Amino acid sequence: MRLTGHVLSITAKLLTGATVRWVDCQPDSCQRVYFANHTSHLDALVLWSSLPRQLRAITRPVAAKDYWDKGIVRPYIASVFNALLIDRTKIKVHKSPVQLMIQEIADQYSLIVFPEGSRNMDEEMGEFKSGLYYLGKKRPDLELMPVYIDNVNRVLPRGEFLPVPLLSCITIGPPIWLEDGESKKDFLSRAREAVQRLKDT
Amino acid sequence: MHGVPDISTFGAVWWLFQIPPKEQLLELLDNYTMWLLGGVILLLAILSVVGRVLRKKPEGTINPAVSRMFNRRIRAWWLMTAILVSGFMLGATSTVVLFGLVSFWALREFITMTPTRRGDHRALFWVFFVFTPAQYVLVGMGQEMYPFYSIMIPLYASLFVPTRIAISGDHRRFLERSAKIQVGLLICVYALSFAPALLDVEFYLDGEGQGEERALWPGSPAGLLFYFILIVELSGVAQYAWGKMLGKHVIAPEINASRTWEGLFGGAATATIFGVLLKWATPFTVWESAFMAMIIAVMGFAGEMTLSAIKRDRGVSDYGTLVQGHAGLLDRIDSLCFAAPVFFHLAKFFA
Repeated sequence: MRLTGHVLSITAKLLTGATVRWVDCQPDSCQRVYFANHTSHLDALVLWSSLPRQLRAITRPVAAKDYWDKGIVRPYIASVFNALLIDRTKIKVHKSPVQLMIQEIADQYSLIVFPEGSRNMDEEMGEFKSGLYYLGKKRPDLELMPVYIDNVNRVLPRGEFLPVPLLSCITIGPPIWLEDGESKKDFLSRAREAVQRLKDT
Repeated sequence: MHGVPDISTFGAVWWLFQIPPKEQLLELLDNYTMWLLGGVILLLAILSVVGRVLRKKPEGTINPAVSRMFNRRIRAWWLMTAILVSGFMLGATSTVVLFGLVSFWALREFITMTPTRRGDHRALFWVFFVFTPAQYVLVGMGQEMYPFYSIMIPLYASLFVPTRIAISGDHRRFLERSAKIQVGLLICVYALSFAPALLDVEFYLDGEGQGEERALWPGSPAGLLFYFILIVELSGVAQYAWGKMLGKHVIAPEINASRTWEGLFGGAATATIFGVLLKWATPFTVWESAFMAMIIAVMGFAGEMTLSAIKRDRGVSDYGTLVQGHAGLLDRIDSLCFAAPVFFHLAKFFA
């Protein structure tokens, strides 16, 4: 399992030539939520691979259960990442995805989330869904790290299955937190701007 | 931080797994090449010391940008020499493979910089994983494949690319997109592949025998490749130096503010002198060698100007800044790319 993890992360790095930049922040093993723009199937893999090895072991991408449950390969890859699978089709009030995430990460794991919900077709980032807000509200101690993933959508765009090995870049920015009395709408647009801003740095 | 192994690592891996066959080693690394190589390594060693001294100079006495550029250049030359030497020692096939990797990476930088649309994706896949390897496989098969490797990309690939884009059904900026991919393939892959192609060409000596009877040149093709790369780099330096000393008339300030007519003529003249001095490493006569060196200098200049123009169009200063942390490989080989096919063609014609 660990070996597959290494192989996958090396393949991802070779394929996307990903440069990793930590802007005004450092890799750290404290509990974090990395939230990024979403344009390609490779996003989670590339972002996960770009973390230092020790952090990879404690960082879990959040992924859709209906997609990652199918076949043999997908569940295997999901288990290599230790992915946290969320059932999009059966969301219940008493067992919301956010509650599940909080329960699963306990006081150890960090998460990778894509608040746009699904992969984006346009150049522009979509609106953020509210999960990030509730995570920040229920666990104010989590560091919310904005991540901008550049060019991976050209390596493997939506609807393609053969990759083209262009160079891409992962930019991780300084953490944000939910402010006192900040509304859901304000916070989500601030989070979205934090990702957007990394595009130009 | 970087998990991507660079070219030198690949070279080292090959080194570990291959035991160089004795005859091939001797064949490729003959006396001339050894002399040339020794000279180059000595020169690089001296330059490295100079670079160190420049870096240690107290602030204010020397422009730090100049010192940084100088040191970066020297590092690039060491790497280039290391690639060539390891390639030569492991045989011609390894040299071809190493150049293939360089092409692949350069194309990667080129296409990363060029905005492509989703409709180009399949065409790009073909370009990266079919045409690029195929070109180098053909070159590696040697001179009997010359009728194919000399025409595959200009003919087949350049007709295939627009067709594949058309099939994907996106017509917006169609000509522009096709042209970008074709030019990338032509410069980064096709043109550069003629440098290792030099390793398998039979050269004849002038004035000894006639027609089929002409005497075969006994020297090493590796030496000729070395001669070519050496002249390209030296003429680049000479153009820079002449431009700094005498440069008044900038050729195209919008494209490249440091290229002057004085630099071009001075550089070409200096290269011609080097051509005469290094005649012993080639199958050419003195006049031919001088002429070749001059052509190499002019083509090297052409490559730098063209790629500068492409960069200005995209609004980047060098290919390394596209994606942070990557040293722009294409910046280092632009002059080689333009000079290689012309040198190959003329060398085949003259000798």
